[in-house]
Amino acid sequence: MNGSDALLNKLKENGTDTVFGYPGGVLLPLYDSIYDSDIRHILVRHEQAAAHAADGYARVSGKTGVCIATSGPGATNLVTGIATAQMDSSPVVALTGQVGTPIIGTDAFQEVDTISITMPITKANFQPRKSTDLPEIIDAAYNIAGTGRKGVVVVDLPKDVLEADVTESDMKKVLKLEGYKPTTKANIKQIKKAIKTIEESEKPVILAGGGVILSDASEELFEFAKLANIGVATSLMGKGSIPEDHELSLGLLGMHGLESTNHAVTDSDCLIAIGCRFSDRTTGKVSEFAPNATKIHIDIDPAEIGKNVPIDIPIVGDAKITLRTLLDEYKKESDNWTQKVVEKRKAYVPKMNFNTVPLKPQECIKEIMDAITEDTIVSTDVGQNQMWMAHYYKTRKPRTFISSGGLGTMGFGLPAAIGAQVAKPDENVLAICGDGGFQMVSQELATIKEYDLPVVTCVLNNRYLGMVYQWQVLYYENRVSQTKLAPTPDFVKLAESYGICGERVEKPGELRETIQNALKSREATVIDIVIDPSELLPMVPPGEKITKIVGEYKVEE
Amino acid sequence: MTKRNKHTISILVENKTGVLQRVAGLFTRRDFNIDNITVGKTAEPGISRITITTYGDNRTLEQIIKQLNKLIEIIKVREMKPETTLRRQLALLKIHAPTEQDKSEIIQYTNIFRGHIIDVTPKTITIEITGNPDKINALMDLLRPYGIKETAKTGITAIGRGQKTL
Repeated sequence: MNGSDALLNKLKENGTDTVFGYPGGVLLPLYDSIYDSDIRHILVRHEQAAAHAADGYARVSGKTGVCIATSGPGATNLVTGIATAQMDSSPVVALTGQVGTPIIGTDAFQEVDTISITMPITKANFQPRKSTDLPEIIDAAYNIAGTGRKGVVVVDLPKDVLEADVTESDMKKVLKLEGYKPTTKANIKQIKKAIKTIEESEKPVILAGGGVILSDASEELFEFAKLANIGVATSLMGKGSIPEDHELSLGLLGMHGLESTNHAVTDSDCLIAIGCRFSDRTTGKVSEFAPNATKIHIDIDPAEIGKNVPIDIPIVGDAKITLRTLLDEYKKESDNWTQKVVEKRKAYVPKMNFNTVPLKPQECIKEIMDAITEDTIVSTDVGQNQMWMAHYYKTRKPRTFISSGGLGTMGFGLPAAIGAQVAKPDENVLAICGDGGFQMVSQELATIKEYDLPVVTCVLNNRYLGMVYQWQVLYYENRVSQTKLAPTPDFVKLAESYGICGERVEKPGELRETIQNALKSREATVIDIVIDPSELLPMVPPGEKITKIVGEYKVEE
Repeated sequence: MTKRNKHTISILVENKTGVLQRVAGLFTRRDFNIDNITVGKTAEPGISRITITTYGDNRTLEQIIKQLNKLIEIIKVREMKPETTLRRQLALLKIHAPTEQDKSEIIQYTNIFRGHIIDVTPKTITIEITGNPDKINALMDLLRPYGIKETAKTGITAIGRGQKTL
């Protein structure tokens, strides 16, 4: 077999049956092998979408996603998607073509130094220089991407390496990774210390991040929260780590968090942070973040502990294993204060029922929730659409809410939904986009059409880059600079031109029905939702403490 | 505020393409500073040792060590405590010495500092000196009035005192 065949065999050995990619010159040998392979190749229409799709696939399935792009511009087009996945610790193996080894360094056609470019945005990267080294490197790539703190591994494949021979014995070689030994089992002494602190505290709060979902620890988290009777706030990435319709779920924390949640964390005397990294969007002003709390931090990445917020009790370990131990060792139930927090949270019922035209985003999210089930996967884009969803939408199961958290990548929603739908062909998948982000990737409607993916794309269309517009209104004296997106194309006609069903909704009630019909027919649909551009999100100004919310969320009377 | 102290960090790495770039790139990306860096092979094939001198408070130092540990090619990272660490640097200095008297004085200074004269021309003397950076700076201060025409210094390398190894 040649390098390409060996590569595909290794992908299969590592559990991959689907890849997302886009061919190119140096990848001709690989695509020639793909021609005969039973690996399913999803042809996207732009490499960035391949990376986002592989990322979305990984986020909903828990399996490592794989994307492929050619050398030069193919590889550079992958970069945004690689950085997006890496920032959110999503396991992805990105395969890039490279010019043949004899001409590396000569500025050959479509040559770019992919290894250097991706070095700061990957967990690791490799460039096999001999075909005989290729198999062990692919194994290592999966191992690194999918263990410890998960992330992206790039394997840069020179053309001649893909063409040269690989023997069966090469397939059995193992690459020694001397410096890679992630800690998963936490120190029991530290866990006991944490338990003592939690038991002695009066106002404990849990902060759950994406790590809980990544380690499939949602069940353990929920059990622990119930056992100890402690409320759970989540970061954006932690959405879905606890059913948000349960009373112990306090909801989103941070810049666009719930007021009751931001206060609960600020008032707490013991913060139990699990699998989160205290991003600035979550903490606000660090010196006033949970100022009176003893801080316990459970994370698989020791470098995250103490990076942004000083920690009193560090626990390095996998969230699932650590929570299991916590469950075994923990005795006492926390009392009154949690009840108070829960009551406050219950009293905060955001108003989502609006009978207005143009439509309010809150009404749209209510109708979305009415139309779908707890198993429906939603993939958001970035900006106001994302924060409306984060704030109002109640995620009930892990891996059903996916969003670009760390990098905040516009254009993530639609291709990630494609990846999600490929991973979960029987589930319903919704992409929730703004008109800005949707226009960055709308060519992927062709991919949706080609593979007959019943993705329902909801475009919350306010004709603005709403989030930046909002900051201009609030902090730049209404000087609206380059954020008005007019004219926007007719998204209904756009969808139809791809052979996809297009619908427009403008009045309350229409969205619910349209989504229900689309899901029932299992046909790809783009829904152009004309919403009120004047609706702004209340927010904590950047660098302020999280209890200082500007603007008011409308609360139901 | 904690103090910005000088720290010496020793790193054992797998000697693979780009490993120095990974280490240097990490320092740039995380806004850490590199005051000084040396790299050399160890007795063990395939393993190199990088010694970095950096400035930062204790929290920065902790982050540097933790972030370095995350690089796959890095096998071991250790802060070298000043009181138990031998630090050495090598400098080659070309000194302006047009007269016999200049030459004789420079040779005397060099001997006091246990340096070596490695080249002489009618107008210059070239000195090799090894030691901790303070010692080298002291000699350079003495020689400055003669005119230091050229300086070539290595970075600082370090090893722990006593039997223990990295």
